[in-house]
Amino acid sequence: MNKYYLGIDLGSTTSKAVIINEHDEIVGRGITNTRANYKVAADIARDEAVYDARFTLLSARINKDMESKPEFKRYMNDIRLVFRFQQFTRRMEKLEAMLKKTADEFAYVNKGAICDALDKIINTIRPQIRSEFIHGDLGSKNQFFRDIVSEKYNFEVAKIGKELYEPLMLAFDKSITPIENEMVQYNFKELVLESMSALEDKYKGLADQQEDGSKEDWYWAELNAVRNNYKNVEYTLRQHIEDIASEDIHIANMVGTGYGRALLPFPEDCIKSEILCHAFGAHAVFPNTRTVLDIGGQDTKAIQVDSHGLVTSFHMNDRCAAGCGRYLGYIADEFGLSLNELGPEANKATKETTICSTCTVFAGAEVKELLHNGEERPNILAGLHKAIVQRAMSLIARSGGVKNEFTFTGGVARNEAVLKYVKDMVRSSYGDVKMNIHTDSIFMGALGGAMFARRNTELQPSTEKAQTVLN
Amino acid sequence: MAQEAQKEKSMVLQKEMVEGLFNELTKVKETGKKVCYTFVPGNLSELIRTFDMLPVYPEINALQSAMRKLSGGYIKEAEKHAHSEDVCTYVKCDVGMMLKGNIGPTGQKLPDPDILLLSYTGCFTFMKWFETLKREYPDARVIMLHTPYQENGKMTPEMIQYMVKQLQEEVIPVMEEVSGVKYDETKLKSILKHSKEAGDWIARIFDTTKHKPSPIDAYFAGVYYIGPINIGFRGTPEAVEYYKELYNEIMDRVKKGLGPITPEGEMKEEKYRLVVEGPPNWTNFREFWKIFYDMGAVIVASSYTKVGGVYDMGWRHDPERPLEALAEYCMNCYTNLNLPQRIELLSKCITDYKADGYVTNSIKSCNSFSAGQLAMMREIEDKLEVPVGFIESDLVDPRYFSYSNIKNRLESYFQMLSQRKLIGSEKEPAV
Repeated sequence: MNKYYLGIDLGSTTSKAVIINEHDEIVGRGITNTRANYKVAADIARDEAVYDARFTLLSARINKDMESKPEFKRYMNDIRLVFRFQQFTRRMEKLEAMLKKTADEFAYVNKGAICDALDKIINTIRPQIRSEFIHGDLGSKNQFFRDIVSEKYNFEVAKIGKELYEPLMLAFDKSITPIENEMVQYNFKELVLESMSALEDKYKGLADQQEDGSKEDWYWAELNAVRNNYKNVEYTLRQHIEDIASEDIHIANMVGTGYGRALLPFPEDCIKSEILCHAFGAHAVFPNTRTVLDIGGQDTKAIQVDSHGLVTSFHMNDRCAAGCGRYLGYIADEFGLSLNELGPEANKATKETTICSTCTVFAGAEVKELLHNGEERPNILAGLHKAIVQRAMSLIARSGGVKNEFTFTGGVARNEAVLKYVKDMVRSSYGDVKMNIHTDSIFMGALGGAMFARRNTELQPSTEKAQTVLN
Repeated sequence: MAQEAQKEKSMVLQKEMVEGLFNELTKVKETGKKVCYTFVPGNLSELIRTFDMLPVYPEINALQSAMRKLSGGYIKEAEKHAHSEDVCTYVKCDVGMMLKGNIGPTGQKLPDPDILLLSYTGCFTFMKWFETLKREYPDARVIMLHTPYQENGKMTPEMIQYMVKQLQEEVIPVMEEVSGVKYDETKLKSILKHSKEAGDWIARIFDTTKHKPSPIDAYFAGVYYIGPINIGFRGTPEAVEYYKELYNEIMDRVKKGLGPITPEGEMKEEKYRLVVEGPPNWTNFREFWKIFYDMGAVIVASSYTKVGGVYDMGWRHDPERPLEALAEYCMNCYTNLNLPQRIELLSKCITDYKADGYVTNSIKSCNSFSAGQLAMMREIEDKLEVPVGFIESDLVDPRYFSYSNIKNRLESYFQMLSQRKLIGSEKEPAV
């Protein structure tokens, strides 16, 4: 039986899980932004990672086919996206019911209008999201359920009019959290098969679509190739799904890390500091890493590592989280933007407005003042992004500076404006240093945890213990 | 459950000394003894004693208030009187305590000062502190003895002479005038003999951490050990007796192979040996200590226990050169050493006591300790390749002690140490 190892990183904003195999290769990753208790967050992230792992195993079965025919890869990818949509739909149905229930309990005099508006919104956004999932790439944007729904929901509410604004927003606020925090179990096999059926419809429909010039030629060429050939691999896939769906993803050991680690029901030796895990994960992906900067939700860590990926020293922000992810979250709220929109918006700046205060709370007041004075939004955002990177740079300096190679991890590494300033400032202060940024930067802590889990087993077999915990 | 702290004979002796002093302080009206407020670093307790005066140490009162959970209220009181949030919290705690009636650590009212003696100016806040006290006690005489900083890493004959001159011309005459006692050099010499002897014992005591397991914690328990010399008993036969007794008790532990005593009894397993730079946090002293002993960490040396005198490098009071000895003592204070000297001292501790790591506790409101701490840490890390850790807290302001932050940093630090110890023992990256 294959052995797998699980790392769970319970951060202040998101919880991440990574499953690796015996060769330290990532086979599954899962992430959730649920703010439920850490046990639920860990379970959700782990389940996500297990689904992801099954997809990895499934892809491995048809690896040869995929190598020879790139369109099969595309087909697999499509299945995963639709699978995510199916998961999304299950949760969306629950949210719709919850929204209606919440509105039903309102004591507003215009309750009827509220409920009608709610129905209208739901009926508008549901097909929108479906279309984006199936025909676009919403599933691969790493967006959370809350982000996807709230963006569309808020847009529709804004169109409806002022008098219904407050009750509609209240209904959403009251409904989203319990739904987000709910453990929803999915049947892998059922969902994959449903996804394949949904794709059949999609591919059939392709013939009717005009090549309207909105996508590049290669896009249509590839899709056409998928449409014409997917049946060949679909047959093989169906044969494997049964196997994979029932395969025991045997977690031989696990390690928990992150802020919530102490709350995990794990044995003591299965709990590791996030400093060590981030460093180890980053070093595993980029073995020449000597300095790691991790900007997470509530803390920023500057870590120095040796050639084995072991921490030699570290420095963390204290007393103030102004340079962290939560700061960006707060700023996003101030501007009424989603987190994903912050970076692109900041990158439109023509100059960086100087933000004097890097205190999260004061920055809010400063932003209002600047907007009032007619300062452009992108310029203010650029200034804010620069400010948080400056704080991170000061932390790096305290920890001993940047040594070659430099790896940037954590959720904030996904923000393109932060990335830009990190690159600029590292170059200007430390010269030509190789900088590593991975698309999976947010998973580095969980990866490090999983790698520690594998090594712990080697040192002292704790399989039984880990299994007990898992069950 | 916390056990009742184990009472050793030395602890009883110390308690008697402290109680005796505070009792005497409450009776000054009857006895007519004069009171001299002064600071721990560079304290001229022998000279104060020569004139039969009684010392009061505002810093000690502040830390005692913090341990008794009173500092928060005192600080608020001082802030109400316009002391800024960023001012040294020892100062604010002291000022607040005065404003609330100047009730000392034993619950008795402290007498007003007759002299405010500032014998050390490496910490410039000390000057401002006494300027503030002077306004509160306009009748007190102020003596400012300037101590030259060891900028070039040594005490030159000129520096000593400069200080002796101040002692002769500015300090002693005022003390004679206030106390009504004539300066008696023979008496000072005999007091200094005890100081020299106490210094010898202290050096021996803090050197016992070379044993494994270390019989004492040189930081958390160390602050109690330096109590007598930091509250004015240096130069007394009682202090010598205390240190002799303490040394014997410690050697008894060494013979039995015992580790240090903690508030929860004896520490069973010594996993990590650390050297700590910076004062401890006093508001959450027990909690702070617990994080260390729970993880099996023992502090084998600390810079803080050297604030009242550095005896590690061989220096002692020389009774035959009494005023020169006092001058040297002041200049030789830990925070009056330049950074390379401090690095040398700490490096010696790390090497001699085979420390696994070096931790800095950076104090928000203490300039004299904080300046250069990071640079020292980097230098020590580079030179000795010892894993370093950095935490932040404050002296006596409870608002600046974040238990979860400190615990989080220290947990990470200890895991890092354990990883590295594993590598050290296996010589391969089996993490």
